[in-house]
Amino acid sequence: MALLDIRNLSVAFTTRAGTFRAVDGIDLSVEEGEVLGIVGESGSGKSVTSLALMGLLPPGSRVTADRLNFAGTDLLSLSPAQRRRVVGKDIAMVFQEPMSSLNPCFTVGFQLGETLKVHEGLSGRALRRRCIELLEQVGIPDPESRLSAFPHQLSGGMSQRVMIAIAVACNPRLLIADEPTTALDVTIQRQILDLLVGLQRDRGMGLILITHDMGVVAETAQRAVVMYAGQVAETRPVEALFTRPRHPYTGALLDALPERALGKRRLPTIPGVVPGIMDRPEGCVFNPRCRFAAARCRSERPALFEVDEGLARCFYPLPDVPLPDGILPGGLHTRGMGQASGEGLGEGAAR
Amino acid sequence: MSDVVLETVGLRKHYAVRRGLFKPMATVRALDGVSFRLEAGRTLAVVGESGCGKSTLARSVTMIEPPTEGRLLYDGRDLTGRSAPEMKELRRTVQMVFQNPYGSLNPRKTVGSILGEPLVINTGLSKAERRERVLAMMNKVGLRSDQIDRYPHMFSGGQRQRIAIARALMLEPRVVVADEPVSALDVSIQAQVLNLMMDLQEEMKLAYLFISHDLSVVRHLADDVMVMYLGRPVEHGPKDVIYDRPRHPYTRILMAATPRVNPALRGERAVPRGELPSPLNPPPGCPFHKRCPHARPNCATDVPALREVDQRLVACHYAEEMA
Repeated sequence: MALLDIRNLSVAFTTRAGTFRAVDGIDLSVEEGEVLGIVGESGSGKSVTSLALMGLLPPGSRVTADRLNFAGTDLLSLSPAQRRRVVGKDIAMVFQEPMSSLNPCFTVGFQLGETLKVHEGLSGRALRRRCIELLEQVGIPDPESRLSAFPHQLSGGMSQRVMIAIAVACNPRLLIADEPTTALDVTIQRQILDLLVGLQRDRGMGLILITHDMGVVAETAQRAVVMYAGQVAETRPVEALFTRPRHPYTGALLDALPERALGKRRLPTIPGVVPGIMDRPEGCVFNPRCRFAAARCRSERPALFEVDEGLARCFYPLPDVPLPDGILPGGLHTRGMGQASGEGLGEGAAR
Repeated sequence: MSDVVLETVGLRKHYAVRRGLFKPMATVRALDGVSFRLEAGRTLAVVGESGCGKSTLARSVTMIEPPTEGRLLYDGRDLTGRSAPEMKELRRTVQMVFQNPYGSLNPRKTVGSILGEPLVINTGLSKAERRERVLAMMNKVGLRSDQIDRYPHMFSGGQRQRIAIARALMLEPRVVVADEPVSALDVSIQAQVLNLMMDLQEEMKLAYLFISHDLSVVRHLADDVMVMYLGRPVEHGPKDVIYDRPRHPYTRILMAATPRVNPALRGERAVPRGELPSPLNPPPGCPFHKRCPHARPNCATDVPALREVDQRLVACHYAEEMA
């Protein structure tokens, strides 16, 4: 059974202008020990999804779901007090801005210890020992003296390490990392991603990695969900998704990456912008920006259809297209790729 | 010699910072000897992590903060010892686009007055002439003329960056300094803005000093690349030379650390050690030696000079061995 199983989750915000569905009927599942990437542009609903799961949305938001199961318990049926016992302990979260997620008025030791006191009932010397152990695990040099440091005395990378230590303090079964490296430099980003994946592997945790950076997902996740305007556009294993995208939005996003446009001067773009609060189009939400939109796309809302190895919300999923100039199809599979992709490639070449 | 529109020679910017009430003032060498030449129609990209001095370089080159030392030449004319009116005239040649289009546009002004202001200050054009120029520029950057009376909050991030670019171009500069112009934008919008910048470059023969931390954007856009570390260039040369055969260990680490969608482009997974040292107290010898996987004893004592190796400038004692 999946560790996390979400069916038809919607989050609606009531504003003066009316009700706005930030998340519109999404399904998600994470297995024990799996790294799931959620990618999307700003406004796609990826952060709201995780906040809804954690129960951290502000009043005025309405969360509905057919199913919101975590490790066999229905989170929706729990009382707030019961839910607080799960959230922060079995499901933990790392936020984007490490500098502003830590409370500037308290020491690292206090903030780390607080979690352990509340959820594990540790105190005194045992608490201190556990704190030092955790800081060591996240790679903070000289952990003993760092316990009495205040957040402003730490660099961005170190603060994020502390945030991760707090998140994994109670051995969560599921860790949600919402843009954990966006505010960091590339070399520090690499260190933090390696740390997260290392912890995930050692502890067999489920990890949800939310990011706008497709490179990060491609390198760290096993399966990815592409979100657009509050909906799941496509969900497939990372390799299949990035080499043979099926949803036109995924394809267009990949094409817009400078990395994929080697040798070409102009980058392919997606016309228009992500639909805002009140201007979600009729039919498929992507149809006004889609190169392939047909009459049916403008009137009827596509469901998630089965495609090879996953699902795509499109009536006319993309066929295996030749890769952009400058990237040889063979080149994509030269490094550490499994057999599955080799087969996929053969199929693509045959068409 | 070709058309060099911006040149710096040994540019330095030092800041005095107070460390405590009774401690002596310390000096941060935010920029410690940067020399380059930028020709019309070309792009020099400056890459590096936060704290490497790339934004200080942008601010020094645009004279927002005059450099402490070194020479700065606009269009072949040295800026040192110029009078205020001369400076005002010279400054028109170099304009800047900032990172955050949400912070760099005055929310109380309409697009028309944001774009018209440089003309009010620097030219004697009449109101009608100014409006005409503003409309022409809006058209050039892909904004509709009926949007002239709108305020910045009515635009999306990508459109705001178009406004910021238009503002920088109002005085027909030769050089545009762009400090992380696309890093606040989503991928699909980023591509639109990059395309616009390339079109404008071709049309107006602009030179770009393009500051970025994103190596794949730089690879797409730049002609030359300068990698900076702790205020100094560590590798500087033509883009293809540097991307194909990086010779400074720091450049190699930056490239390996950049996440890639295409597995074939992923390099060796060299995980960088440690973090950027404090610029208040830079290590002796090579500033990078504490994080360098190839460091040898003399790296801790001798400062490597920037020298030419294999078609580019590189500051590493062992650049020849990095192949």
